[in-house]
Amino acid sequence: MARSNEPIVWSLFAAGGMVAALFLPVTVVLIGFAVPLGWLDAERLWEVVHHPLGRIFLFVLIALSLFHAGHRLRFTLVDMGLRGASHALAGLFYGAATLGSLLAAWLLLT
Amino acid sequence: MESSSPVAAAAPAPAGAAPPTIVLEVFRYLPDSEDAPRYERFTVPYRHDWVVLDALNHIKDRLDESLAFRWSCRMGVCGSCGMMVNGAPVLTCGAFLRDYLPGPVRVEPLTHFPVSRDLIINMEDFIHKMEAARTWLIPKEPRRLEEGEYRQTPAQLAQYKQFTLCINCMCCYAACPVYGLDSTFVGPAALALGQRYNLDSRDGGQAERAEVLQSDHGVWHCTFVGDCSRACPKGVDPAGAIQMGKVQGTVEYMKALLLPGRRARAQG
Repeated sequence: MARSNEPIVWSLFAAGGMVAALFLPVTVVLIGFAVPLGWLDAERLWEVVHHPLGRIFLFVLIALSLFHAGHRLRFTLVDMGLRGASHALAGLFYGAATLGSLLAAWLLLT
Repeated sequence: MESSSPVAAAAPAPAGAAPPTIVLEVFRYLPDSEDAPRYERFTVPYRHDWVVLDALNHIKDRLDESLAFRWSCRMGVCGSCGMMVNGAPVLTCGAFLRDYLPGPVRVEPLTHFPVSRDLIINMEDFIHKMEAARTWLIPKEPRRLEEGEYRQTPAQLAQYKQFTLCINCMCCYAACPVYGLDSTFVGPAALALGQRYNLDSRDGGQAERAEVLQSDHGVWHCTFVGDCSRACPKGVDPAGAIQMGKVQGTVEYMKALLLPGRRARAQG
């Protein structure tokens, strides 16, 4: 049996699970609730987002979360009976995660 | 007992009062001569200290000697008597009837395996998986007898000791939905035992074992459902062992990818 190339996508999935669990809820509360409810000044959040560290933080959060979600969706569908389509699903979901990551990089880092 | 107890003798026993009993619905199947399995109901005495295996032995001794099932030690060591009890994989020597009151108690062979007869499964696939995962010590360096034993510190022993507690009962295979969907998966016990030897300081077979453990059918087939660890009667935590295998496999993979000198060795 050949060694699997799964470590590449699994390490992105594992890292994505960690950053999503630790930082995604906080980010949603800040952007989705704290600003609309007036607890936080939108201008100040805007400054944080424009800081180079804020941009890198958002890029890492978005890109890794996308790979985490893609991996999870792929294996959920495989376990639901689409085992034969595993490679096609991998192409679809990791491709979407790559495109989303490139879009995030373009918006945040250029 | 009844005649020696004046209270029992004095009490007007209702006519035909039966001692407490419990019903077992037992899976019966002879694949060679029967088209489909059936469930047979047996009424057995209920005793507070009886386990499901005691009830099965009562059936075999007193009610139907043709019932076939595996058992040996009666004390959770041999790993022979794993069966589905009310749909959950357990060692029947540790499954007390009192936890299934009022019954009936449904007893079936371990799921995800072909049935040989009644409650006996064909474990050939599991044996092949254990062989494929090389679940034995592959010494790092061969030693002559006069060189003495392979020595190990308590800290080195602690690295893998938990995973040595596996008794090959296959409850984890019956619990694993991934193995149920696709039996090409090497499965929890074989992967955990492979990991057990990988973690052993005396062992040098990690690269050899990786051919199976790090293949698409090895640790990477696992989606970390974790039911194997919940089902394990010995607290082995195969799911944890598989996750450790994924982390180690990823480290080795990245080293082989990024450090050119290591590539040949890792793939050899």
